[in-house]
Amino acid sequence: MSIPIRFALPFIAALLCAHPVAFGQDVGNEPATLTIPANDTTVDETPAGSLSSTEISAEVQTPAETPAAADYDKADVAWMLVCIAFVLMMTCPGLALFYGGLVRKKNILSVMMQCVFLMGLMSVVWAVIGYSLAFGGNAPYFGNLEHLLLDGVTPSTASGLTVEECVSDQIVVAFQGMFFIITPALICGAFAERMKFTTMAVFSVVWGLLIYCPIAHWVWDEGGWLSEATSGAKYQAIDFAGGLVVHISSGVSALVCALLIGRRKGFPTQPMPPHNLTYTCIGTGLLWVGWFGFNGGSGLLADGKAVNALFATHLAASAGVLGWSAAEWMKHGKASILGACSGAVAGLVCVTPGAGSVTPICGLLMGLLAGIFCFLCCTKLKNSLGYDDSLDAFGVHGMGGILGAILTGVFATSVVTGSESRGAIDGNSGQIVTQLISVIAAVGFSAVGTFVILKILDATMNLRVTEQEEVQGLDISQHGEEGYIFH
Amino acid sequence: MKKIEAIVRHFKLEDVKSAITEAGVHGMTVTEVRGFGRQKGHKETYRGAEYIVDFMPKVKIEVVVTDDMEDKVVDAIVTTARTGQVGDGKIFVSDVGKVIRIRTGESDESAI
Repeated sequence: MSIPIRFALPFIAALLCAHPVAFGQDVGNEPATLTIPANDTTVDETPAGSLSSTEISAEVQTPAETPAAADYDKADVAWMLVCIAFVLMMTCPGLALFYGGLVRKKNILSVMMQCVFLMGLMSVVWAVIGYSLAFGGNAPYFGNLEHLLLDGVTPSTASGLTVEECVSDQIVVAFQGMFFIITPALICGAFAERMKFTTMAVFSVVWGLLIYCPIAHWVWDEGGWLSEATSGAKYQAIDFAGGLVVHISSGVSALVCALLIGRRKGFPTQPMPPHNLTYTCIGTGLLWVGWFGFNGGSGLLADGKAVNALFATHLAASAGVLGWSAAEWMKHGKASILGACSGAVAGLVCVTPGAGSVTPICGLLMGLLAGIFCFLCCTKLKNSLGYDDSLDAFGVHGMGGILGAILTGVFATSVVTGSESRGAIDGNSGQIVTQLISVIAAVGFSAVGTFVILKILDATMNLRVTEQEEVQGLDISQHGEEGYIFH
Repeated sequence: MKKIEAIVRHFKLEDVKSAITEAGVHGMTVTEVRGFGRQKGHKETYRGAEYIVDFMPKVKIEVVVTDDMEDKVVDAIVTTARTGQVGDGKIFVSDVGKVIRIRTGESDESAI
């Protein structure tokens, strides 16, 4: 780690020097003493006419002027604060337990460490530069550095993310920051039980900045080439809560990771059953509830669309359980707890892009299809191709995300979106094409980008632990600890 | 002195313990073990990956008794641990050369 730190320190020092204003800005209500020209321009650049959709709730104010902190609807703020906490909970303990139970017991701490460490690491990277790269500027493909060290983000600024301008930038930063944590954490499922810890940390940062931030910018930032918030954009992909940005990007990158890092030693001849499915089940429950914040908060408001998103999400997870369990029952004669848990997650992944655009019953259908489809991906597809995606990050998140993005183009309806944004069942079959284009773009960019990053990291710092360390287990070899010491 | 090692099903442990305690045994050692005999293992399936689990979990009870107690204790175990199905377990009896109680230094039969 000595080399990265040596490089990082001067970098951070340079950032701090370049932005002295950053330290005073969180006081926020003293604009007279702080010169932040970027603020005014950012907010003013958002004309009311650019709103490509109207709010489902008529009570919601649409501020034409710079909203002062007092103008925010307190219910919105309260709901978003809860959602921020929920999405953080999804990474740890949610994902940490879900993944932790699936590995062998000699590797449980390594998986939990990946989740916890990324909570720290990605949050800091997000605040320093990630948010700016994702949500800075109005260019079609990449963000800029205008919000470096959260420059220009104060309690009284509200700009940019969606058509609803009623929440402060700080809520967007905090909420989106939680997505920046969980997305690389999802990839960990592919290289679990063999990835070197230091390489994992460097990979997550580089991947977050070079893959995640651009895709988030395309899809969610005003001006992004796939964004619904870009007025007049040719391709306005519907991605309410991150089907493209979170699940397809992480799932496809996970497949590239699994292919480049290679199989675990002994796979597939040696048995590698999950060591504790009770953890996996607890993790599933936490993910399921956390997803209410993940999807329910993605409209950034406590309104009718949030209710629709939450309930569609819930029904998708429920139907996912049934879909996977039924498929498994037919194939193997038994319904397993791992199958039920995987089905829930598959349903949740699938409904993510559409939660704010499809009715709860269509969400149910999406979940059901995802349960069956992801079951086939994790059993048939994986076995026939022979890659070792340890915890099926690609089979569930990648393939479930792709299915969800396409089905969103089918089931989106203006009854839910309250705008022109609609899909095939509402007479706009062209949306499916748009969704397909967005999927191809996200898949291609993630796959190529991840491939290049991994090749460079493999040449400079190795992706894998040594064979001896792998046999010993990552808990002891990477962290010097054991998960289970019972006396 | 004899050492009696009995490998039995988990759910029979309490019954066996009561029976041999009644027969006059004052102490025992119990261990979780895995292994196989004539009882076949079972199949487990995780997301389509099937594993045959050969080693079945059982409990091993170890007691050391005086020679005259041997038959009584063995009978008690056989009677209580039997279900009649494959997988009831086995009993091994062997000679013990020496027994010492650490606290007092007593040895052999007075140490049992």
